[in-house]
Amino acid sequence: MVSITALMILIGIFFFLFATGIQAFAEISLHDFFLKATWNPAAYTEPAWGILALITGTLMVTFGALIISVPLGIASAIYLAEICAPKPREIIKPLIEMIAGIPSVVLGLIGILLLSPLVAGIFNLSNGLNALTSSIIVGIMVLPTIITISEDVLTSLPKEFREASLALGATRWQMIKMTLIPAASSGILAAVMLGLGRAVGETMAVLMVAGNSLAMPTSFFDPVRPMTASIAIEIKEVVKGSLHYEALFAVGLVLFIITFAVNFISDMIIEKRTRQYKW
Amino acid sequence: MVNEILRQKIYFALFRGATIFSVATLLFVLLYILKEGSGVISIKFLTGMWSHADITEGGIFPAIIGTFCLAIGVCIVSIPVGICTAIYLNEYAKDNYFTRIIKLAIRNLAGVPSIVYGIFGLAFFVLFLNMGTSLIAASLTLGCMTLPWIITASEEALKAVPYSFREGSYALGAAKWETIRKIVLPNSLSGMLTGSILGISRAIGETAPIIMVGATFYISYLPTSPFDKFMALPYHLYILATQHSSPYAREYAMGTSLVLIALVFILNSGVFILRYNLRKRKEW
Repeated sequence: MVSITALMILIGIFFFLFATGIQAFAEISLHDFFLKATWNPAAYTEPAWGILALITGTLMVTFGALIISVPLGIASAIYLAEICAPKPREIIKPLIEMIAGIPSVVLGLIGILLLSPLVAGIFNLSNGLNALTSSIIVGIMVLPTIITISEDVLTSLPKEFREASLALGATRWQMIKMTLIPAASSGILAAVMLGLGRAVGETMAVLMVAGNSLAMPTSFFDPVRPMTASIAIEIKEVVKGSLHYEALFAVGLVLFIITFAVNFISDMIIEKRTRQYKW
Repeated sequence: MVNEILRQKIYFALFRGATIFSVATLLFVLLYILKEGSGVISIKFLTGMWSHADITEGGIFPAIIGTFCLAIGVCIVSIPVGICTAIYLNEYAKDNYFTRIIKLAIRNLAGVPSIVYGIFGLAFFVLFLNMGTSLIAASLTLGCMTLPWIITASEEALKAVPYSFREGSYALGAAKWETIRKIVLPNSLSGMLTGSILGISRAIGETAPIIMVGATFYISYLPTSPFDKFMALPYHLYILATQHSSPYAREYAMGTSLVLIALVFILNSGVFILRYNLRKRKEW
């Protein structure tokens, strides 16, 4: 019984979001919602409901975060799993897992106090709160996720792979490049997808450091306002049942669908992987 | 061959550089908070009531208590339900198409952003069930959010109990529930608890959902009933960092984040110690 209640709740979340969000489309056309860049729900005469600028903000921050964290994360995972001596690994791994527990609001704070003045100084900007700064912060946030999962994937590869490769005369680097990385690639991809899901859904850090501008961003030095931040800012001020309220739920629904799809794909990758290799 | 060895050296150096860079960045974040935040930590800061007029005069005691109450609320909501659901899914449910879909959905719900749970909580608990912005609405919202994490972690713990244990118990004539209660649960409970604590420690750092469902920046009393509003550490530091005018606000925000991180780390190190002892004991 308890489990059925739990399942009902979890399924209920989706239906509740869906039922509220979908009402927004009674008045806003899908075309306007997804393809217009102006989001101005509070305007008196002609409120605008285009979330293209918000989606662009989300995509820029996510993309920037992954550019920073994927190469660093995978390289660190390979180093920790294959190259590093066991002693330092025993220290570094728990340390990284601990750091993964830092709440995102704290990283946002560091973004405001430390990183944004730095970015403003280096690139000669009047204000350091922009897409680049939030990309770096979100990148730091997803880095531990990518490192720990990729490292787990690499260490779970059977010893025979390494032995066979070395026995054929490969150097350790050749072994890593030609045997381990191909064998682990789908698992590493799943790790990256999980990181992607976290970056898309990150709210506090982007709320604090992305700059909150509704204008369509043209470069990484522009302030942006991702979907998550828009919901967080506006939801407290809207009247329940108004079109604005429903539109914010529609944005939440879009977020839900994106992250669900990303997680679903990474799940499929892992599933296929465990079926493919029976070791 | 010499060429290959040189190449290996170059790549290994590259990887070592990347690792040092990543670890150094992460460590730097930690040390920066420690350095900036430790200046404001004092007995008064930890145990005093918040003073709105002059923030240097007061402390964050109500926020600590608020976060503490919230953590307990989330435990009550999500741990029993999560563990029961995991037992049902792993031990009782038939392994058919439907169960697999449910498991898949739960795993995927674990990755849905916290803000989405936040708007759900606002619409359902706060407005639809008319709980208002309160401790109980926040506990239920964060409880829903941690539920998938706890179910997934508990399922892993149950799967880790070898099947032969169950067969041995059945062979001795034990019924299914007896087997679960006397054999499966004692061997998996600590695993389930570590998963649950990790979930709770993530939940208390969450800020986005509680902005909508219950936290306030300043109240003059401690919460006495589940329907009270409350102060919470992450929300408190968010407002201090972004919307407070006092020149000391940022320093105090750092102090608050140090307290928050300390709480999270205490919970997490508990898990690490528990897990370490667990691994030593298990020998199958």
